[in-house]
This record gives sequence, structure tokens and C-alpha cells, in this order.
Amino acid sequence: MSVMKRVSLIFRAKANKALDRMEDPRETLDYSYQQQVEMLTRVRRGVADVATSRKRVELQMNSLQKEVTRRENQARDALGKGREDLARAALQNKASLQGQLNDLQGQYAQLQDQEEKLTLASQRLQAKVDAFRTKKETIKATYTAAEAQTRINEAFSGISEEMGDIGLAIQRAEDKTAQMQARAGAIDELLASGALEDHVGGQQDQIQAELDAIGAGSDIDRELAQMKGELSANAPRQIEANANGGSGAAETTQAAEQPQAGDGS
Amino acid sequence: MIVRILGEGQYELDEAEAAQLAPLDLELDAAVDRDDESAFRTTLGNAVRLVRSVGTPLPPDELAASDLILPSLDASVDEVRKLLAEDGIHLG
Repeated sequence: MSVMKRVSLIFRAKANKALDRMEDPRETLDYSYQQQVEMLTRVRRGVADVATSRKRVELQMNSLQKEVTRRENQARDALGKGREDLARAALQNKASLQGQLNDLQGQYAQLQDQEEKLTLASQRLQAKVDAFRTKKETIKATYTAAEAQTRINEAFSGISEEMGDIGLAIQRAEDKTAQMQARAGAIDELLASGALEDHVGGQQDQIQAELDAIGAGSDIDRELAQMKGELSANAPRQIEANANGGSGAAETTQAAEQPQAGDGS
Repeated sequence: MIVRILGEGQYELDEAEAAQLAPLDLELDAAVDRDDESAFRTTLGNAVRLVRSVGTPLPPDELAASDLILPSLDASVDEVRKLLAEDGIHLG
């Protein structure tokens, strides 16, 4: 027998088994309706869970994108400072981040797909549950237990199949979300570990540290040159000022010594 | 004939349309037996697309059991085995 036929028979057999457990067929209606409403809640929660995961992945994609851009800027900065080795390291780092970003983008698309499917499924189920409720009241009002049986069977197997389908869809979405959460956790750790981001007082990334050192080095040179310039311009006036009053003596001595110390270094 | 695609909903197919589906159903069956994942996916894709294109979507408020049920488009042989083993379906 064909796969499609077998799957449909399995769904039907499950529905029949559930029906057989009921003594009064009309009791089935209320019980089933209650389950349908629970299923609606489950599928809506499923949609919300997938949406939460999707948003988390979105945030991570943004963080990774920022890191990718930062590495690119670092590489440019390093090249400008004549450090091709650092530029290379920054670009290597960028490539691995880009790989993770691409991976996340694929996952994001999958989550979007799941979310869309579950949303449609919940709308379908809502329509079927509404139809079932109407039918249930009609059956209860119009038919005796014996007469109701056939009609109940029809309605019940129709809705059961939908519930089974949606149960599977929720299961798939949950599996997907769980996988995603495991990966997202790993990326969060990576983002938080300082491997990707600078933290004050934390572990700073090495490329940035070296670039900062080059930057700081040239800043210090610039500052020193500026100080030397100021001192040589001020020196004659300070000596004059010193000749006019005693309080500035210590300062003048220091100032006079500094250019020498600077020259020596 | 009513055909459900899991995860997508139900479609109504007339006899001629259902006849087009029959050979694909057999191929699908053979692929599962041979454990031939790639043949399974190709055939499943063809079957799903056929039902979507020739079938008429059943109104969502219609309460009817399906005559045939197709696994979802991205299902694997393994998932179908689980479905057939009856342990993959819970009706709530």
C-alpha cells in the first residue's frame, strides 16, 4: 500500500481509537472541543516561541554584522599604519565572523518559514474549531445518541487529523527552536567572552590592542614634541619672571631641566 | 478525493487529478523501501507541487478526513518511517 494511503489510515486509526474510548458519543464532542481549544493555545505559544528565537537570532546577526564592520575598519587602519600583518589578522577574523553570520542568516530564514507555517496552521485550526463548535451544538440539540454517532465520527476524524497535523508542526518548530537556541547560546558566549567585543577591564582583542598601542605611541610623540616646543618658547620669559620674584624658583628649575631630559631620550 | 499536505492543509482533487498523483505515490513508496533519500525528496517535491497546482484548497472550516496524506515538503525518509510506525502522531 502506498505511503500516502498508509499515513492517512494511521491518522484515521488514531481518531477511531480516541472515539472508542467514549461511552456516550455526545460526550466525545465536549471532550474533543476542550482538546481543540488547548491545541489552539499550544500552537499560538509555538508561534510566539519561534518569534522569540527569530528575534534573538536577529539581534545576534546585528552584533556580528557590527563586528564584521569593525574588523574591516581595523584592517584599513592597520594598513594605513603600515602594519600589513595586523590587517591580515583582522581580515582573517572578519572571514570567520562572516561565516557565522551567513550561517545565522540561513537559520533566520528557516525560523521565518516555521513562524509563517505555524501562523497559517493556527488560523486553519481556528476555522476548524469554530466549525466544530457549531456542528457540536447542532448535533447535541438535534440527534439522539445513536443518530449522532455517524455525524460525530465525521466531524471528529476531520478535526483529529488537523490536530495531528498541527501537533507535528509544533513538534518540528520546537525541534528547530531548540537547535537554534543551542547555537545561539554558543554565539552569545562568544560575543560576551571578549573574543569579539572590547570590554573595559576585560580581555581586549589583540589586534585592537596593538593598533591602539601604535596610536598611543604616536600620540605620545606628538605630545612630547608639543611640550618641547612650549618649553623652549617659554624658557626665556620664565627666567625673567624668576629674576623678578622668589616664589617661582622651583618651577623654573624644573622647566629648565625638562628640555634636557627630553633631548636625552 | 481529499489530499492533505502535512503542515499546509487539505486539497480536493478530482479523479483525473488524483490519477496523476498515483504513480508518484508508488515512487515514493519505493524510495522509502530502498531508503533512497534523494529519490524520496525529488518525488515528494513533485507530488507536493502537483497537489498544490491541480488541487483546490479545501475551505478551512470544512471538517473532513483526508483520503491521502503527503508528508511535508522538507520531510526525510526517517520522519516518514516514524509517521508510519505510528509513534509520531498524537491527536492531542
